[in-house]
Amino acid sequence: MTQDNNSRREFLLAGLFAAGAAVGCSPKKDVFEAGAEPGVQASGKKVKLLSVDGKVIEVDEAFLKPVPELPPVTNSEARLGIAGKKFVMVIDLSRCKNLRKCQEACDTMHHVNPGQHWVKVYPMQDADHTSPYWEPTTCMHCDEPPCVKVCPVDATFKRQDGIVLIDSDRCIGCRFCMAACPYSTRVFNWAAPDISAELAKLPYSCETSVPQKKGTVGKCDFCADMSRKGELPHCVSACPNGTFFFGDMNEDTVSNGSETFRFSDLIRDKAGYRLMEDLGTKPSVYYLPPVSRNFPFEPGVDSDLKNKL
Amino acid sequence: MENSNALASEKIIQDLLPQKFGTKGKVFVGVLLAFCLVGLFAYYRQLRYGLVVTAMRDYVSWGIYISNFVFFVAISLVGSLITAVFRLANVEWSKPLTRIAEIIAVAAIIFASLIIIVDMGSPERFYFLFLYGRIQSPIMWDVIVITTYFFISILLLYYPLLPDLKILLRFKEKSGKGLNKLYKFLGSYWKETPHQIKLGDKAINILCITIIPVAFSIHTVTSWLFATTYRPGWDSTNFGAYFISGAFLVGAGSVVVAMYIFRKAYSLEQYITPKHFEKMGRIVVLLALLYLYFNINEYLVPAFKMKKSEEAHLNGLFAGDYAPLFWFAILTGMIIPIIILLFKKGRRPVPAFIAGIMVVVGAWFKRYLIVTPTMLHPFMPMYNVPESYHHYFPSWEEWAIAIGSLAGTMLVITILGRIFPIIPIQETINEQHETVA
Repeated sequence: MTQDNNSRREFLLAGLFAAGAAVGCSPKKDVFEAGAEPGVQASGKKVKLLSVDGKVIEVDEAFLKPVPELPPVTNSEARLGIAGKKFVMVIDLSRCKNLRKCQEACDTMHHVNPGQHWVKVYPMQDADHTSPYWEPTTCMHCDEPPCVKVCPVDATFKRQDGIVLIDSDRCIGCRFCMAACPYSTRVFNWAAPDISAELAKLPYSCETSVPQKKGTVGKCDFCADMSRKGELPHCVSACPNGTFFFGDMNEDTVSNGSETFRFSDLIRDKAGYRLMEDLGTKPSVYYLPPVSRNFPFEPGVDSDLKNKL
Repeated sequence: MENSNALASEKIIQDLLPQKFGTKGKVFVGVLLAFCLVGLFAYYRQLRYGLVVTAMRDYVSWGIYISNFVFFVAISLVGSLITAVFRLANVEWSKPLTRIAEIIAVAAIIFASLIIIVDMGSPERFYFLFLYGRIQSPIMWDVIVITTYFFISILLLYYPLLPDLKILLRFKEKSGKGLNKLYKFLGSYWKETPHQIKLGDKAINILCITIIPVAFSIHTVTSWLFATTYRPGWDSTNFGAYFISGAFLVGAGSVVVAMYIFRKAYSLEQYITPKHFEKMGRIVVLLALLYLYFNINEYLVPAFKMKKSEEAHLNGLFAGDYAPLFWFAILTGMIIPIIILLFKKGRRPVPAFIAGIMVVVGAWFKRYLIVTPTMLHPFMPMYNVPESYHHYFPSWEEWAIAIGSLAGTMLVITILGRIFPIIPIQETINEQHETVA
């Protein structure tokens, strides 16, 4: 499904690109011929496209050019982050029923090793007589990140937009960050990652965290590449219940894709909190307490929950 | 009088010159080499397949490599205790033990550095520590102080060796060609001029003073690798002193063991006497009591409060999965040696040797207990992870590498004891002269 969406989007964009290139060119048989590569002949097969001003136009298929991918972000740009942003996440515990679609999407998009997860969903109970609830966790992207403090080689770092990332080309695999993180966020590539050879050959990008490398640490990256494109992280868009909200604290807005809230109002009205506030790590992930729940606490995808607890 | 002195000197030299390995010595070295080779093979497998060959997983992400590292750093502290502290305090009886202590220190610190590289997921990037090092990270502090300690220890082994090298060079026919070349390379410039002696003494004094703060640093910083995290069992302000006292204890224990073995192997009964065992026994008791004190602090205070985060960890140690090992380490590492060595009869060579072994073995398991159980009690529940993530027992590769590194340490000690006089010759002669005069 995601695959289909992507290819359709690319196709539309390709059309727009071609249309844009044609403006102001000398008239030919097909206006789009001007922007075509030399030697390309019209195939006669037309496709319908939506132009910039909202008109449906027909273009010969042969003149469509794929839009080049956004230039890859350099390591130093990826380490700097996006200026003027401060990314935050809000997780509404009243909406989670442990479907783990977030986890699935994350595992797929980041090629996380089987058995390991960057997004985790825990059955939690605060005290003996209080009600249990499901708690999804991502990396907390702390403002005082204990992992970054202890890293000896600057392999994990905090960006100006608040995101904590890992440079797998830098990580020496000492695992001090894993010991330091109180949220059990980090996982390690104990063996060579279970990914295709082509994927493994790609240059590593801190923003996509792909490809993972043997002997280095991995974790949730807040989908920094998606934020750069102005899109929501994969876990946010994958959740059918709209549990995850993502946004920019400077804009004071968070969205789960279908609903958008003023971040400060949401946190104030619903008594938002952060995990282990007493440790002083200042997470960028906020939780809304599991009150007025949409679902009762049920095993969800964990049918054998009783055995696991 | 003059004549008897000369005779005594010659006898001392003949007694203390390095001796060739006998059959037992050769077998011993062979066995150690075999362990090292198995360890190397295991490490080859780890390099090839990754840390997946270990039993470490995302929760227990530090295992026996790290506890072994802590153990080595701890043992190496003895160099500063016996050599530096005793020398500065003018403790005369410890002189025959200084070289043993320094050799142990050098061997242990070498293997501490090696084992920490073994623990790295990407050891080929080791040089990143120097290229991209962040001074804010306690690991960098450890790299700096351990390197410093290594060089000071080497020098502290080397300078007092110079007068002995001069003696060794006089007995070319005994040492053989290869060793003689080494002695020449190391010490032929030492002519024992008054100026050189003055310089040498000064250098040793400076090293003895500087090694003490550096020794405290290496083990305090090592304790901070744990104490700077939030985890139950590690999050303690007591950790630096706790580690230092434990380090002095295991170091002193290892010296007792080594002096017994060297005494037996090289027939040094006249030089390492029951008096030395008696004195070292007292020191071990003192240090064991000190370490016990810190242990009580470390466990009793949190157990009194039983904070939620500490509860599972402490119960696991006192009465849970780790209880047998925990009480074994406390009894073997501290209480039984204290009982043995409190009695005069217990401080004779054989019982003291046994107590020393107990201290060292107990200390190894103690380090394991400091590292592993804590990692099994994270703040977030262990949920929806593969079964292997829930517990930790080292794989054969980990055992092979850990045992190989221990064998390697003993091998370095044995070889240094073969190449150099294990008891300082010149100092023994000087002392003899003083007593006679």
